[in-house]
Amino acid sequence: MTEPPLLEVAGLSVDFATRRGVVRAVRDVDLSLRAGECLAVVGESGSGKSVTARALLGLAGAGARVRARTLSFEGRDLRRLSGREWRRLRGRRIGYVLQDALTSLDPLRRVGHEVAEALEVHGLAGRDDLDDQVIGLLAEAGVPDPDVRFLQYPHELSGGLRQRALIASAIAARPSLLIADEPTTALDVTVQAQVLDLLRARARAGTAVLLISHDLAVVARLADHVAVLYAGLVVERGPADALLRAPAHPYTADLLAAVPAVDGPARELPLARTGPPAAGGCPYAPRCALADDRCRAEPPPPVPYGPGREVRCFHAGRERPAPASGAAAPPRVKDHAVVSVRGITKRYRSPGGSWRTAVDDVSFDLRAGEALGLVGESGSGKSTTARIVLAEIAPDAGTVLLDGEAWSAPRERARRARRSRIQLVDQDPLSSFDPRFTVERVVGEAVPGRMPRRLRRDRVAGLLAEVGLDDALLDRRPAQLSGGQRQRVAIARALAPGPEVIVCDEPVSALDVTVQAQILALLARLRREAGVALLFISHDLGVVRQVCDRVAVMKDGALVETGDVADVFRAPRAAYTAELLAAVPRIDVGRTAGRAAPAMNLEGLP
Amino acid sequence: MAPLALRLTRRLALTLFVLWGAATLAFAGMRLVPGDPARIIAGGVQANATPEVLDAIRDQYGLREPVGVQYVLFLGRLLRADLGGSYQLGRPVSSVIGEQLGPTLSLAAGAAVLGFCLAVALALLTAGRPRVRAISRVLEFCSISTPNFWIGILLLAAFSFRLRWFPVLGDEGAAALVLPCAALALPIAGVLAQVTREGLERALDQPFALTARSRGATENRIRARHALRHAALPVLTLSGWVLGELLAGTVVVETVFARQGLGHVVVAAVRGRDFPVVTGVVVLSALTFSLINIGLDLLYGLVDPRVREAAA
Amino acid sequence: MTAPGSYGVAALPRLRVGAAQAGVALAAAFFALVCLAALAPGLFAHGPDQVNPALALRGPMAGHPLGTDQLGRDVLARLVFGARPSLLVGVGSTLLAGLAGSAWGLLAALGGRLVGEAAMRLADVLLSFPAILMALLVVAVLGPGTRNAVLAITVALAPGFARVVRAQALVVRGSAYVRAAVNLGLTPARILLRHIAPNVVAPLLILATINVGTALIAGASLSFLGLGPQPPAPEWGAMLAQARDYLDASWTLALFPGAAITLTVMSATVVGRALQARYEGREAG
Repeated sequence: MTEPPLLEVAGLSVDFATRRGVVRAVRDVDLSLRAGECLAVVGESGSGKSVTARALLGLAGAGARVRARTLSFEGRDLRRLSGREWRRLRGRRIGYVLQDALTSLDPLRRVGHEVAEALEVHGLAGRDDLDDQVIGLLAEAGVPDPDVRFLQYPHELSGGLRQRALIASAIAARPSLLIADEPTTALDVTVQAQVLDLLRARARAGTAVLLISHDLAVVARLADHVAVLYAGLVVERGPADALLRAPAHPYTADLLAAVPAVDGPARELPLARTGPPAAGGCPYAPRCALADDRCRAEPPPPVPYGPGREVRCFHAGRERPAPASGAAAPPRVKDHAVVSVRGITKRYRSPGGSWRTAVDDVSFDLRAGEALGLVGESGSGKSTTARIVLAEIAPDAGTVLLDGEAWSAPRERARRARRSRIQLVDQDPLSSFDPRFTVERVVGEAVPGRMPRRLRRDRVAGLLAEVGLDDALLDRRPAQLSGGQRQRVAIARALAPGPEVIVCDEPVSALDVTVQAQILALLARLRREAGVALLFISHDLGVVRQVCDRVAVMKDGALVETGDVADVFRAPRAAYTAELLAAVPRIDVGRTAGRAAPAMNLEGLP
Repeated sequence: MAPLALRLTRRLALTLFVLWGAATLAFAGMRLVPGDPARIIAGGVQANATPEVLDAIRDQYGLREPVGVQYVLFLGRLLRADLGGSYQLGRPVSSVIGEQLGPTLSLAAGAAVLGFCLAVALALLTAGRPRVRAISRVLEFCSISTPNFWIGILLLAAFSFRLRWFPVLGDEGAAALVLPCAALALPIAGVLAQVTREGLERALDQPFALTARSRGATENRIRARHALRHAALPVLTLSGWVLGELLAGTVVVETVFARQGLGHVVVAAVRGRDFPVVTGVVVLSALTFSLINIGLDLLYGLVDPRVREAAA
Repeated sequence: MTAPGSYGVAALPRLRVGAAQAGVALAAAFFALVCLAALAPGLFAHGPDQVNPALALRGPMAGHPLGTDQLGRDVLARLVFGARPSLLVGVGSTLLAGLAGSAWGLLAALGGRLVGEAAMRLADVLLSFPAILMALLVVAVLGPGTRNAVLAITVALAPGFARVVRAQALVVRGSAYVRAAVNLGLTPARILLRHIAPNVVAPLLILATINVGTALIAGASLSFLGLGPQPPAPEWGAMLAQARDYLDASWTLALFPGAAITLTVMSATVVGRALQARYEGREAG
């Protein structure tokens, strides 16, 4: 390896001047990347990973101050570039793929124009061969019927195709570096796998790929090297294999432990500690199981740790104390069904006038104290099923029974008194709280019965304690809380009426992985302690694997497979389930490099 | 094209409904006036019309029929574009309106062009530039908060009476159009500039603008090829409001500058309770309003493909 | 004239919190002063109708800080006494239009399908021509005067309010927190009272404050056209109409009533905007 790296970054810092003072988004970051390699920058939201990516494009933003000891790309010092030189670099030598192609492609312009823009800007195509080039690029990015697609608008394409079109626009000018910022975040697993394969193919073809992601499983699938970012600091970096097999920094270890796995036995998820990054000392100290006084006093410098690895930790590689696993008593699942779904069907009229079957003859039982996972990709009808189970909408055919009594059939007036038995925890808790209400009123409203305000407040405080929240939050507004805290408030509210069933609709999909692990652990504990049954709706098979006893797989509105979680995940009977499982990115270290992509049939493209 | 045709048909039906509603409102207004309509036609309660004159008027205007019959007759005449005769002027309303339409249209059109140009120029120059934007915002706020008749009076005082650059009265020539147009355009320009700039800035803040930058596009290219189109959407949405504001403004501005025009006519008609004229202007402006809104709707679909889709 | 919910005065850029605090305080103080003048003009000046032909059309001078009009009446006194009819039209019509529009919009959103449809189509018709024409039509029916001007502007503004209230009510009714309340088994009456009504009304109050400016200008326009409060009532728009005829003799005569209108509109808007910023800030945390 005598060839100098394509990208060499040392001591990169990005500060933002805000009204509340200077925010140090990125601190002293070192990165290096060679042609044909993939480097992943991993971190939670707010860790500074996107800012790092943008700083490499000279697009950190108007209020940003970027400094670096070294910032070189293709042998040029990026620190000295003029605005015009930056523009010549962007798109031409460095391609950039943002997350969520729906907003990253101009919605008012045809896909073809968007892809062509880089070619036009850099004068790489003549008027007559521009269209051919664009069609070729779309085909290269795996867009079927490119000659049709390039005339369409972004909203007319599915999420996967949009992402491919965005990648086509980023690689249009054959850049030597491709920066992909959360390229698969909003996508279904099967589509996600295809996009990752596409990126891997680019890397094989010699393009350097800088992958920004929060998802270690995605990273494991693609990256040769990993840099883990926490609070703007690279806390650990090294070869992907070694780093993921034996994480040296406690944060990396916690991150890895928090990822719910689809295979292997279900395990008790660690209850990581919470708290914002510390200002002085090691930023991770407030959440670290190994933190001591020294960690809190001085920031640990980066130290070498094995070949090609570097860690910022005084206790690098030390075994963390095993998280106190809660009472291991398995949840008591009783035999009688709390919710019985019998052949429900729901059809909707599409704007075009044709009918679409959202839920097609679905039947299942949810037994008392049980956790049943309902999985499927977007549009599979799982959320409609949830709404029918909650009796928010009536099925066109079929019926839902609650405790053996008619639930979906009666009028709302007759149902109202029994609503306390079945509660909902939503994906976006904030919008489910009245914006004028404090936490006390949000939860207090769900506490049944008339009582004096003091007493109600005490009850709410008790509920908050149950979900691990301090009663100092009582007078806060939900908008002032963090994502994890909001979801805990939502769970507290769902618990307040003492329900037999809680319907959880994607309850953790908007959360960082460590927070997600905490919420899942909380749900598992509540199930044990309160004996409440969960109908757990998720697109994430790993999460379902961790939480549920049984799983029901939905596709196009119908159930394709129902069974014990362990059985279904070990030996799926339906081909679709097998396909879903194969597409899930795994952190199975050692086979990362060169592993063949799972066979995907392109006909299955949405 | 089928969905477009369907949509147009629907809009036209709505337009007819609106016209019918406007006409009915005007008719109901006429009937709601306390007192004998024949007396009002004869020149109000003060005028000493003889019973014979009143009888003649009743015959002429069909006031002896039951209200229902009068209503049907009224709608029937309206369908034949017969707006009736003015009580005060003793002439067909349609010819009164036809005569006065020209000056009002030139005033409104001039103000619209001036307002739009001013607004777009201001927005393009100040979007994303905090310092000039702050100044521009204050100016826009002032212009929005100022009644246009006061602007007109101040302009008159300054440019006609003091500097004598423009004529004080009348509507002869282009010079006489400058001050009224300015008075009418300024508040509109203030609002439009704000909306255009907000649209531009919002678009420049979107991920797709970042993507365009990451392709190496220049800031000017991004403004021209991406952002301006996005900013056009809220401006289009606002155009109906601008039209209403223009029509309202002409009424007042024509009075300030003592110009001929529909505004002048309608104010006189309201003072004299000359209902046929009021009705005529109401129906005409409802028609203009509806037609222009249909045009805007089509334009909207042209700018935003997502709208086209949703309507299909 | 502007229907609420469309732009117009309501399109003032959001003021930055902190930077504009002094301005907001100033605006609030000025608006309070105008309100006080409207309630008790005697505190500030006397004799708005005292004629003194010897001192007609003078500029600012001792004893008449803002000068005199064509009849030698004190402009300051007339301005102070003009606050009442001017504000009455602006604030009164906004209040009435807000009330009527709320009832109308809530009916359209929460009433049955037929009622809702009828209510909205009526609003469509009324919004299909310029509000000032609507106001003129009302004046044509009722005749000029302060009370009728209030009614005219109320009729002109109410459908706009109705549309905004309906849209907001639909948003709130479809919101996840109302869904949550339904799932808790709350009765419809309680959901309406606890969740829907407050979340519809709070933004409406702010909108109404901002809309006072629009209504003030509309009222002044009517008086300027001679269709509002009748002379010799010292209304600001009517004062401007008179000043228009004496521009060659005294241009200051036109300066002060217009400034009074503009400053009052500005202060009402700034106060409304500040309320809005606070409300939205609270929502956003």
